[in-house]
Amino acid sequence: MWWKYLLFLGMSVIIWFSFTTPAPQQVIGEASRIFYYHIPQAWICVVAFAMSAYYSVKYLKKRNPLDDDLAADSARLGLLFCLLATLTGAVFAKVTWGSFWNWDPRETSIFILLLIYGAYFALRSAVEDEERRAALTSVYAIFAFVTVPFLVFVLPRMVPSLHPTDSVISKNLKFTMGPQVRTIFFSSLTLFTVLFFWIFNILKKTNSIRRKMETSAV
Amino acid sequence: MFALKAVKLSKKFGQRTVFSDINLELNSGDSIAITGPNGSGKTTLLKLLVKLHRPTSGNVNFFDDGRALDEDALRHRVSFVSPYLNLYDQLSGEENLNFFAAVRGGNITGKGIESLLEKVGLAKRGLDLVGTYSTGMKQRLKYALALSNNPQFLFLDEPMSALDDSGKEIVKKIIDEFREQCVIVLATNEKEEYALGRQQCRLG
Amino acid sequence: MGDNSAGLVSKSLAVFVKDLRLELRSRYGLNAIFMFGITTLAVVSFSLGQAALPPKVLGALFWIIIFFSAMSGLAQVFVREEEQQTALTLRLTADPDAVFLGKLFFNFALLILMAAVITPLFFIFTDASTAGAINFLVILFIGIIDLCAATTLVAAIIAKAAVKGALFAVLAFPILLPMLIALTLSSEKIMSGESLSEAAKMIQFLIAYAIVMITASILLFKYVWQE
Repeated sequence: MWWKYLLFLGMSVIIWFSFTTPAPQQVIGEASRIFYYHIPQAWICVVAFAMSAYYSVKYLKKRNPLDDDLAADSARLGLLFCLLATLTGAVFAKVTWGSFWNWDPRETSIFILLLIYGAYFALRSAVEDEERRAALTSVYAIFAFVTVPFLVFVLPRMVPSLHPTDSVISKNLKFTMGPQVRTIFFSSLTLFTVLFFWIFNILKKTNSIRRKMETSAV
Repeated sequence: MFALKAVKLSKKFGQRTVFSDINLELNSGDSIAITGPNGSGKTTLLKLLVKLHRPTSGNVNFFDDGRALDEDALRHRVSFVSPYLNLYDQLSGEENLNFFAAVRGGNITGKGIESLLEKVGLAKRGLDLVGTYSTGMKQRLKYALALSNNPQFLFLDEPMSALDDSGKEIVKKIIDEFREQCVIVLATNEKEEYALGRQQCRLG
Repeated sequence: MGDNSAGLVSKSLAVFVKDLRLELRSRYGLNAIFMFGITTLAVVSFSLGQAALPPKVLGALFWIIIFFSAMSGLAQVFVREEEQQTALTLRLTADPDAVFLGKLFFNFALLILMAAVITPLFFIFTDASTAGAINFLVILFIGIIDLCAATTLVAAIIAKAAVKGALFAVLAFPILLPMLIALTLSSEKIMSGESLSEAAKMIQFLIAYAIVMITASILLFKYVWQE
């Protein structure tokens, strides 16, 4: 319980520092501050998708309706962070490169993730029978997740990109951030992750209670 | 000797429990009629028994001399006649029988098909598309399919539906012929069909 | 239990032949695909008039036509089973792997047939250069494999959903997009007259994609097909 407050404090501190310390990337300038938000959001988006796929696998094995609830809720959270990442990305793109959307590979990847989430929920609303809905959406979540490695790793290498590829991780996979930037960035990353799992935990408890109520009411 | 064991079968759709705690133990030569009003879950129970649907709880197992049968073996040994299991309208009677034999991983000869069709009274219609058959004829063809794999387990959902008197006679003869070698499970609304099963199980 | 792999091949073949026979007799999927392909092609050609298009645009256009034609006809192979209530009969008697492989191959054949007609027409109507014809056919072939690898499972999924219509395209598109990008990029290169080795990276990607998608589909299909 107490760590909720720590999370709040931590995030406030990081937000403060993200604006008051020197901009992380000198060439791009002030707009590069968005890097403290945009990248964690994109990261959480993928983590949420992975969790959705994980609970989908669990559901198909054990057929516990709670696992399907969790798969859907992870997807909801993932969709939220995906929207945030897309928005922050678009703002950054407008400020730095002049237009909101360019179809550069990472933009395309986040757009595809958005479409996958949309498709997942479209499928959920199209199937009425609970068991069938759970099974079909689980399969789709897993199948769609299999394409993610292609999106994240292969696609950007195939197509020339606008994204600053060298500013965070250089070709030798070494971090090119200064120590201060590194601290703020990784703190932000950690705090966002904690935030995600906190919300997810609340949803998990709610779902558990709801399922228990259903089985005892009958 | 073949056996079917169902233990504590139950099925729920959402909040609604269709049936619960169904237990069955049947050996070759046994037959049972599942009876009950409309909506009592007879068709659902049959679908659970042939493993077309998953139960909410409980399990169904098939045995050959005590040895559990796997999915592939079941496809060879189980037959199911039901209003919900149709044959392909755009294929002929013979093509249907050939296809299902092939897809089961078995074989069926021209002679085999001929004798099956004769048995169900469709001797001259084998080459016609099933879409041109009447409902009664389609039902007869379903029996031809059910017998084509020489089953050990025969499931019949509304066995006499759509059949005329001669069709009904044919079904009675088939059931009598296969009574000893098969476990027979039938589901029916019709009182006259209750007697086809030596035991009864009432739902609802 | 003995010759399992040979058994699988003959069972899959039985499913394939059956679907082929049904298709030839009803022509439902064939009609949809061909009419869609030809109509779209005609619209494109008409709108272009005499204008020549750069290879980049031609490549994109070609794959748009193929994609939408595929969407109009590839779900049929599963939807038909549900609509005519033969799905349960098939589920009772057939090995799920055989069902999937047979229908995968059917969709593949359908696409090959469609491409065989649409591709020459496309080149005629748009007056595209046929300099890299053989190379283009290689890309086309791999692209078709990718297309059915990714969409057959999705077709099985939507056959079980109540609302069919646009759901197929909605579900299939995000999964296909990486592949479509790679296809348009490599088509662009080929149509500009470059050799296959220039597009090597993309071709590797397309092949990897096909392998991954088919494997995942085979593993997941049971969970869609059985209840």
